Amino acid sequence: MDISSPAVSAQTVTPKVKKGWWQSKAMRRFRRNPLGIIGFIILLAFVFVAIFAGPLTSSQLINYRNNCVRDLGLSRSTVTDLRNPVKPAFWRIIFAPPGSCFNMPRDGFSEIPKPPSELSILGTTSGGYDIYYGLIWGTRTAFYGGIIVTGFGLLVGIIIGSISGYFGGWIDTLFMRIIDVIFAIPGLVLSMVIVTILGQSLRNVIIALSIFAWAGYARFLRGEILRVRELDFVDGAKALGARSGRLIFRHVLPNSIGSLLILASLDIGTIVLGVAALSFLGLGAPAGYADWGQMVNFARGWMLGLPGQPFAYWYVIFWPSFIIVLFVLGWNLLGDAVRDVMDVKS
Amino acid sequence: MFVFIIRRLLFLPVVFFGVTIFIVLLMQFLSPTQRAATYVRSEAQLRNIDAIIDQYGLDKGPHVQYWNWLKQVLRGNWGFSKATGEPVWDSFKRRFPATFELALLSFIPTMLVGVWLGSISALNRDGIIDQISRTTSIFLWSLPTFVLAIWLLVIFYGGLGWFGLGQVTTAHSLEIIRSNFHRYTGFLTLDSLLNGRFDIFLDVVNHMILPIVTLVAIQSAQIVRIMRSSLLDTLTQDFVRTARAKGLAESIVNRKHALRNALIPIITLGGFTIVGLLNGVVITETVFAYPGMGKWLADAAVQLDTASVMAGAVFTGLLVVIANMFADVLYAVIDPRIRYN
Repeated sequence: MDISSPAVSAQTVTPKVKKGWWQSKAMRRFRRNPLGIIGFIILLAFVFVAIFAGPLTSSQLINYRNNCVRDLGLSRSTVTDLRNPVKPAFWRIIFAPPGSCFNMPRDGFSEIPKPPSELSILGTTSGGYDIYYGLIWGTRTAFYGGIIVTGFGLLVGIIIGSISGYFGGWIDTLFMRIIDVIFAIPGLVLSMVIVTILGQSLRNVIIALSIFAWAGYARFLRGEILRVRELDFVDGAKALGARSGRLIFRHVLPNSIGSLLILASLDIGTIVLGVAALSFLGLGAPAGYADWGQMVNFARGWMLGLPGQPFAYWYVIFWPSFIIVLFVLGWNLLGDAVRDVMDVKS
Repeated sequence: MFVFIIRRLLFLPVVFFGVTIFIVLLMQFLSPTQRAATYVRSEAQLRNIDAIIDQYGLDKGPHVQYWNWLKQVLRGNWGFSKATGEPVWDSFKRRFPATFELALLSFIPTMLVGVWLGSISALNRDGIIDQISRTTSIFLWSLPTFVLAIWLLVIFYGGLGWFGLGQVTTAHSLEIIRSNFHRYTGFLTLDSLLNGRFDIFLDVVNHMILPIVTLVAIQSAQIVRIMRSSLLDTLTQDFVRTARAKGLAESIVNRKHALRNALIPIITLGGFTIVGLLNGVVITETVFAYPGMGKWLADAAVQLDTASVMAGAVFTGLLVVIANMFADVLYAVIDPRIRYN
């Protein structure tokens, strides 16, 4: 058969079918990984809970009528608006909840935990704080902490990493030594130092974790830039007369940043774990703020139960720790699957 | 190699100055009075706190403060720990051995379990053992240290009463202080054996089991994952194929050729494991009331005891650098492809 005949070339040049991302190779590989899908579903559920924290706790808000209800401008008669999607209060508590909504409502002030009842469906922890309410609003706290730390860490990390990787020389050496020093102190210890000196609050916990987070991203991005910088197309752009600013932002960064963004977003689980660990040590949010780590801390005095009944107060320790594990597990399952998909070698 | 070790040793002062400068800069957020609290030992001193501020130049610029602080540290005065009620250096000397013991006795099983499970997993790729070990390690890696520690505490201390809290039972701790019990090394496990007190040794081990299990379970999960992928990677390399082509038995190829090479990245990971363990001891010691550096730091942080927290950060920083240096040297010794010039 004559190879150069037009019939053959027409056959080999098949029209390129544009496949959606759902059919892309990476996506197909991801869909085959059941653990990754489980992780994704777990996280989706947490996102749902975080967004609809208000409606999900409407019964508690109605029954306890805490400051959150007052700050929403609801009275005894209009408090049921929280259940009604037609009323503005329903949407306000979703999109712009007053800060007081993050305070767990209290069923009395007793140090002794109360078992599940009609009012507090999962029981109350030490100090009368409602466990169910704390878990639901704690999801928002967890996402806030994770997203702010990752965002801030990425911002600083990208700036420092690209300067360091692109210019090299003494600037690079200086930044890398600073990062070495930061990594020499175990993250938890460093965060404890920062929070101790700046003062104990959720904001300072977030600052402390951000100081640790940027260093990792900066170092990763620097490595990526060093790799990309050696590629031919950068030389090409340089030959065409591109200045360093344009080279960094138009050519080098877009080619190195993708994997950084994915890796950073998968770190949120680890960051939430850090926030929880600090809260557990009593260094985080003020008492009563809906925060999983703090709820575990509250449980410490009661988790060993009573003499002869070691599991008398099981609910104070089981629920918050179970939710933390589920949350971090979700991130790690998803993260593992995504890293598998991204790894070209396997 | 010698030059390389010297160069790594030169990094120690970099870390020391880096960490301390950073902390002194952080201290600028505090008022001079709060900074003076670092040196206060008694109520009497509290009354003329201005004298302390003056003595250490705490109302001067950061560089003066840093210089004064450094002079004190070189004399061995790290400040006074509010959390333990004694000078920081004394607390360190007392608590460091306890933590070192705990970390070392966790480090060894962590590496052994991690390498063993990781290689079994890789050799049975996608088999049932592999699936179980992968799922378990992701699950364990997701467990926050404080959650696992608390669950173990509730079940094995609260529920079953098998293990104790602290480092030794009260009766034994009194004996250690009072009687002719010699503290040869400071490590209680060793000392009890050297004193011929096997009962105290068993008691100490009993108290260490729960913290060690917590640390090993969480830290080894990471090693399992890296070991698995490292061994899978090595098994596809040419020299393994050559070894097979020579007609060597599969077990010898795996053990002598693949496994040894796959272990190389694990050495680097050993350095990270030390960091993970130091993070972990803060939590485990707090949960199990084990009187080491971690509990001291956690107590100090809650009580705003900046002197202890600062010193703790410097000590752990130096420890990590030394541990990483060991890992790098070991790396160079084991892997002939690596040359340090």
